[in-house]
Amino acid sequence: MFKEDQISILKAAVEKENAKTQESLQKRPERKAEFTTGSGSPVKRYYTPADIEDLDYMEDLGLPGQYPYTRGVQNTMYRGRFWTMRMYAGFATAKESNQRYKYLVEQGSGGLSVAFDLPTQIGYDSDHALSEGEVGKVGVAIDSLADMEILFDGIPLDKVSTSMTINAPASVLLAMYIAVAEKQGTSSEKLRGTIQNDILKEYIARGTYIFPTEPSMRLITDIFEYCSKEVPQWNTISISGYHIREAGSTAAQEVGFTIADGIAYVEAAIKAGLDVDTFAPRLSFFFNAHNDLLEEVSKYRAARRLWAKIMKERFGAKDPKSMALKFHTQTGGSTLTAQQPDNNIVRVAVQTLAAVLGGTQSLHTNSRDEALALPSQASVQVALRTQQIIANESGVTDVIDPLAGSYYIEAKTKEIEDQAMEYIKKIDDLGGAPKAIDAGYIQQEIMEASYSYQKKVESNEIIVVGMNKYQVEEEAPKGLLRVDPSVGEMQKANLVKLRAERDNNRVDAALVALKTACEGTENVMPYILEAVRSYGTLGEICGVMREVFGEYQQSVNL
Amino acid sequence: MDRPIRVLVAKPGLDGHDRGAKVIARALRDAGMEVIYTGLRQTPEQIVNAAIQEDVDCIALSILSGAHNTLLPRVAALIKAEDAEDILIIGGGVIPGEDIPGLKESGIAEVFTPGTPTQVTIDYIRANIKRA
Repeated sequence: MFKEDQISILKAAVEKENAKTQESLQKRPERKAEFTTGSGSPVKRYYTPADIEDLDYMEDLGLPGQYPYTRGVQNTMYRGRFWTMRMYAGFATAKESNQRYKYLVEQGSGGLSVAFDLPTQIGYDSDHALSEGEVGKVGVAIDSLADMEILFDGIPLDKVSTSMTINAPASVLLAMYIAVAEKQGTSSEKLRGTIQNDILKEYIARGTYIFPTEPSMRLITDIFEYCSKEVPQWNTISISGYHIREAGSTAAQEVGFTIADGIAYVEAAIKAGLDVDTFAPRLSFFFNAHNDLLEEVSKYRAARRLWAKIMKERFGAKDPKSMALKFHTQTGGSTLTAQQPDNNIVRVAVQTLAAVLGGTQSLHTNSRDEALALPSQASVQVALRTQQIIANESGVTDVIDPLAGSYYIEAKTKEIEDQAMEYIKKIDDLGGAPKAIDAGYIQQEIMEASYSYQKKVESNEIIVVGMNKYQVEEEAPKGLLRVDPSVGEMQKANLVKLRAERDNNRVDAALVALKTACEGTENVMPYILEAVRSYGTLGEICGVMREVFGEYQQSVNL
Repeated sequence: MDRPIRVLVAKPGLDGHDRGAKVIARALRDAGMEVIYTGLRQTPEQIVNAAIQEDVDCIALSILSGAHNTLLPRVAALIKAEDAEDILIIGGGVIPGEDIPGLKESGIAEVFTPGTPTQVTIDYIRANIKRA
């Protein structure tokens, strides 16, 4: 992009200027001996064309909506329409969550995003011993199709798109969604939405796994295959770096480990006999947005370029949609402080800007009180308004990828891409992501990064406003959301009623058929769907699968 | 000094947020303590059994699922039932301030909320373990 002789003149000038600055630093040192990004990678005083002298515009950036999609996956981006403002919500009972969804839709949230409680995420009914104290706490409790019918009551499933944060039992919750739609008279081809369905990051960072790696990968490829025929508009997986970053990884690790997981899913599906272009267009990603604005923007651009190249070169994808990395973003929960919670509004605004300048397809903004409890309705509104202000008032949505061509952004994009590729190579050497996880490699790398960050915060090398600097005496915050503790009892009572009223012969037959399917090699989705339609519970269905598949055993090395 | 302080870092409940537990475990170890980490999804019974078997001086419970009011008092009650009240029990995680008095009453000696430096926890354990 730059003429060679100009680059050498520039390099000489930079060298001279550096020498001069070094002298003045003796007298007037900078604020720090070394400057680093939020992820701890070095930042130079300034960047010039010499830092991106190898950049080839068409090959490395291209135009928006064109390979390698560095500049974004659509040709009009937010000039066409804004990203989907998708607020993750769900708590207590299906009825209360249903009311929150209706409120969010009224307030201009363009898509639903369902949070399930932990028993649901781990495949236990509300009356299981391990569910004690957990029912309805971090999300909505779903025991059977009956709860799901209430959850989406009055919400036309042919109109909304719904994202469900569900992983190990994703096939069961997807089946429930399909069954609710059937009852509303909507056929599965019309359904739009996403299931998270990313088990590998559960082993790495999020922890709601059930089954061992191999059967889990089979369940995922069964979903890919089933949806490619029956639910063609559904995003069958959201390959998630979000939780990897929350667990303490760097930005480059977030990209590297997430794309390594993505590679594993693509390989598993190809091995199961699927053609790459039948399922790859429905793969989507989920990234974090932390406070270092420019590093984050570079991260999203790097992820897009890396994925496009891998899909084209490694997997021979032909459909451009297979190469275009679409992603959801959530602002970084771990960046929020319990101290002076209103400061979190500002953090979320910076992170929102990062996600938007990075070209996200949808966004959840965290609420100011999330280091303390589940968000209250008032603070959810501020979080949603933050997105609406960036969308409508900041002007950054009128021009695509406006930071492109910045020497720093392009250098950082390349650096993150290269570092992520190093991690991918290392994981390939270990035999792929599932093996690297079983060996504890990925978890270990994240833990090192997380501990190193913590030490820097405690030594005040990293400043967190209100937490290790600018502290004030504070009163305990008021108005936090509390989940009614009777939710667990209500769910239990409903289960007793359900088991008495349903056709138990039909349930038993469905569960037996499901068991046989699990033991064989057939696609299990139709069997799960029948079990769901007959009002078999989530715990019963997952129980059958636990029996056949066994359970994952976590290995921890400190 | 006799043997080093032994701590069981445990995750009761179903949540998978173990960043805090792992950071605490590492920090306690770097401070010279012997640390056993249970891993995820431990029942109160499993935690108390492990604590007694490992002969620990302190149980550090990390929970971010919102089930703290159910699970933490149960650990404390089981410790009492085992006549093992010389084991110091502390907790940490996303726990609203208004829940802390109740937890203390149930036998949790101290609760550390987000933003607490690891040194504060280390100093607290050193100053408060009950063994002779």
